[in-house]
Amino acid sequence: MSPRRVVSPEEVFFRGVWRENPVLIQLLGLCPALAVTNTVANSLAMGLATFFVLVGSSTLVATFKRFIPREVRISAYILVIATFVTIADLVLNAVVPEIHRALGAFIALIVVNCMILGRQEAFASKQPVGRAILDAAGTGLGFIVALLMMGGLREVLGYGSFLGVPLFGPSFEPWIVMILPAGGFFALGFILLLFGWWAERKKEPVRPRRWPHGVTTEVFVGEGGAD
Amino acid sequence: MDVHRFELTASPHIKGPDSTPRIMWSVVATLVPVVGAAIYWFGPSAALVITTATVGCVVTERLFGPGGTLRDGSAAITGVLLGLTLPPGIPLWMAFVGGFIAIGLGKLVFGGLGQNVFNPALLGRALLQAAFPDDMTTWPAAVEHWWQLRGDNFALPLTSADPTVALTGATPLGQMKFEQIPTEAVDLFMGATSGSTGETAAVVILAGGIYLAVKKYLNWRIPISILLTVAVLSQVAHFVDPDRYPGALFMLFSGGLMLGAWYMATDMVTSPTTNHGCWIFGAGIGAMAVLIRLWGGLPEGVMYSILFMNALVPFINRATQPRVFGTGEEVVAS
Repeated sequence: MSPRRVVSPEEVFFRGVWRENPVLIQLLGLCPALAVTNTVANSLAMGLATFFVLVGSSTLVATFKRFIPREVRISAYILVIATFVTIADLVLNAVVPEIHRALGAFIALIVVNCMILGRQEAFASKQPVGRAILDAAGTGLGFIVALLMMGGLREVLGYGSFLGVPLFGPSFEPWIVMILPAGGFFALGFILLLFGWWAERKKEPVRPRRWPHGVTTEVFVGEGGAD
Repeated sequence: MDVHRFELTASPHIKGPDSTPRIMWSVVATLVPVVGAAIYWFGPSAALVITTATVGCVVTERLFGPGGTLRDGSAAITGVLLGLTLPPGIPLWMAFVGGFIAIGLGKLVFGGLGQNVFNPALLGRALLQAAFPDDMTTWPAAVEHWWQLRGDNFALPLTSADPTVALTGATPLGQMKFEQIPTEAVDLFMGATSGSTGETAAVVILAGGIYLAVKKYLNWRIPISILLTVAVLSQVAHFVDPDRYPGALFMLFSGGLMLGAWYMATDMVTSPTTNHGCWIFGAGIGAMAVLIRLWGGLPEGVMYSILFMNALVPFINRATQPRVFGTGEEVVAS
């Protein structure tokens, strides 16, 4: 194993937001990212609920990591996560019932968001509480950023509005597919294309080697040898 | 003492003259008559739509692609093919968006040429069809003068086409499906019908396709199996109920079947690698196209059937691996 690199607290936080963004780089938590991002409001509610669940359960798991038996740790994490999901579900239902209706079963499905379970298993269960909270907040913020990008793209193109405010004139032609489930895939592909281009743009273009690529060898033959 | 220089290389030591750019630009060359027919039938609108779609593809490839991939001509083919499948009266900004989607989401996001699962041009068209169903199914009616536009091509970006400018006609498949009016086979063959810019003139598409098949730039088994399947299935349906179901000749030469069979389905990247696989692939496309045309909700289904079979290509390849010489009876493909 390589010697452990010291990771600064800022890096713990910010790598989840951008460089190791859960949706755009790790491609985790795609189910809510594709399913409920048809408007900015829905994306924001989903992102905030997931953020809350992630930070809450990371805190709890990091606090009680010594008391969780290794053999049943996954079920223990799920129980912790489910507790916070229930809180989020009830709060959303009480505060913003319309959005709660729009999100439907996807709030309960935050329990099985592999991004959350992944942070517990990979980070919170091995790290001090403070760093676990930082990591969870960074990853949760990255999730919100990704969902807002998806939701913004889909709402602007699909409805011609942002947060319900119309952006274009009456002759705007809505991109019907963008508000349908298939639009989630197209929006994600579009954003992934931009990310890939951003990451690759500094690299030298790959030039294919000339075919055939062999090695030149020199063979010494005697004087007047066969030719 | 003599010194002999040898270059040691791995096999293969003999290679043919065909390279990716050579094949791609040959395909573009065979598309020139098809574009010519499109302009002949649909006037300046066809030229504008095809040019815009191609520009969209090329610009996207240049902006987002790895450097130096424009010269292989694959982006140009995608653009021209996409333009040929669009209605002549579509607003130009939509054609541009289609080109962007085709190259960006159809090809580059998968990793560039050779990595894509679906035919890029058809993926671009599928998104346009799903995003703008009205504009994608507004077919031009016959016009008085050749130089007239066939619709509101110059609608401002993000706005819909002006309905007062649009001329609406019906494609032969639409007329057959919704009004039971058949079209003369001669008109279908020459292209004197309504439809997408490049799909109407079956005779030029056929000529270009046969040339490519002779040059072995496409596997002839794919178009032949598609056309055979369509002919047999539709003729059987025609015998059962001649009033409702058109005959084989109509089905073969109407809609996008010719363009799809010769130019879309035969894309080297998204078609099977084995000859057995090509027969299965073609039969699947033909059967599904007939199903959609005769019993589906849409008048035309070639695009969706090709995209669907594209998705199955890895499985077809796996199922049709030939037996490796010298091994036992069964070959377990990994």
